[in-house]
Amino acid sequence: MGFEKFGKISYIRETKVAPFVDYLEQGKVMATRCRSCGKMYFPPRMDCEQCMTSDNMEWKEIVNEWKILTYTVSEFAPTGFEDDVPYILAIAESAEGLRVFTRLSKDVKEEQLQSDMKFKLAPVRLPDGKITYELQPLEEG
Amino acid sequence: MSEVAVVGVGQTAFTRSCGVTIKELCFEAFKEALEDCNLYPKEIEASLICSAPEYDKQRSPAGAIVEYLGLNPQPTTYVENICASGTTGVRLAYSLIKSGLHDIVAVIGFQKMSELTSREAQERMGRGADIMWDSPFGLTMPAGYALYARMHMKTYGTTEEQMAEVKVKSSKYAVLNPKAMFQREVSLEEVLTSRVISSPLKFYDCSANADGASCVILASAEKARKITDTPVWIVGIGSASEPLSMANRTSFVGLNCAVEAARQAYKMAGIEPKDVDVAEVHDCFTIAEIMAYENLGFCNPGEGGKLVQEGQTYIDGDFPVNIDGGLLGKGHPIGATGGSQVRTIVMQLRGDAGRLQVKRAEIGLVHNIGGIGLYGNVLIFRR
Repeated sequence: MGFEKFGKISYIRETKVAPFVDYLEQGKVMATRCRSCGKMYFPPRMDCEQCMTSDNMEWKEIVNEWKILTYTVSEFAPTGFEDDVPYILAIAESAEGLRVFTRLSKDVKEEQLQSDMKFKLAPVRLPDGKITYELQPLEEG
Repeated sequence: MSEVAVVGVGQTAFTRSCGVTIKELCFEAFKEALEDCNLYPKEIEASLICSAPEYDKQRSPAGAIVEYLGLNPQPTTYVENICASGTTGVRLAYSLIKSGLHDIVAVIGFQKMSELTSREAQERMGRGADIMWDSPFGLTMPAGYALYARMHMKTYGTTEEQMAEVKVKSSKYAVLNPKAMFQREVSLEEVLTSRVISSPLKFYDCSANADGASCVILASAEKARKITDTPVWIVGIGSASEPLSMANRTSFVGLNCAVEAARQAYKMAGIEPKDVDVAEVHDCFTIAEIMAYENLGFCNPGEGGKLVQEGQTYIDGDFPVNIDGGLLGKGHPIGATGGSQVRTIVMQLRGDAGRLQVKRAEIGLVHNIGGIGLYGNVLIFRR
């Protein structure tokens, strides 16, 4: 239990990475790192596909600086997300080479995406008390 | 080791709403394939039933379908690789024959997407991505391919006009295919001004849900030569998979699973891309056809847009592609699509394609993709 709090619609309740949500509640976006072979995972996982060890992961805060690789403005949504359109979905890459698929903050305008703007992955509290993350502009300085 | 040939093909018309049951739908395609090769149901030694089960009310559809087709007590198996289910069925039928377990196998693909309300269908589409890390953000099929389209445009300068050219070409051939759902030619202007679904993809950049069924009957060389004078041989098969999660994809300018499947298939067939006379590619979206040209080696990466714009993938070009309307023109009844692609290539290689016949077609290729570049199958055929 625990993961049902993640995302506008959650399809998963039980997972070994449920603490991810607890960290998110504390304002932290965490990855996992295999203590055996050093491989980093984001999204996090507890089983290492590289060295096949299980439950030997440590939680590690990510370097929170992202650049958009590609995006789309979605005018069409799956059932349950209709009220959100239009929304921007994007793939972003972090300064340490991790990738994320997520939404952009509603405050970001499409024109801004043409530049080399930097973003941070930030926890967002939804009206019903659930929690998710989105990319928000990274303030310079 | 015995070779394997396609001896019979059949397909229903692809329509918005078929008005019959999935059993009745499959019967029509199966009957046409049997008549194509003069076989009776009792001569089919095994069947593979291919679809995406989330659209069905019937649990374990294979059982219901084979009963209705008169295929008891022969063994049957249900095959699911989403939109690539049909060609995965052909790949497995090939293995059943090659192994010597069976000599004649029927692959039946179907989908009755009208069985669900659009709300139900959209709910299922939302779960077509990784339900843990992708679906909670509202990912759809068009949005997934739109991410590839934007990256292709950014990396290679591919334009929305070039993508629109793919739909213009498809519609031109769909009107000559009586089994295609779209029976109207559309102009470049119409595609470009259609409403945005998920930018940069617009309404006419997307294939549509449809109802339909297809059937491909395969046989061992010995049986094939007795059954027909025009066997079409399967000479290359490649198959690969890609991470489901969008974050774990390594490329957004092409489909890795298609590149790998093509490499395997060309190697097995002992041919090069330039040897392909006619191809069916998985154009679920216009950008998907442009990436297919590149991933199959019909042109260099980044040149796919130019290839269609220059007319090279039209019926008289160097690489005729989707000369039956493709998914964009025929409609895309998920489980039936792969078998429909195989049927088109078989008809082309037999010289039976009528007004859509490509000249001197001896080697044909099918490229069938499941999900957002998740599963890739490439099949090569020779007459």
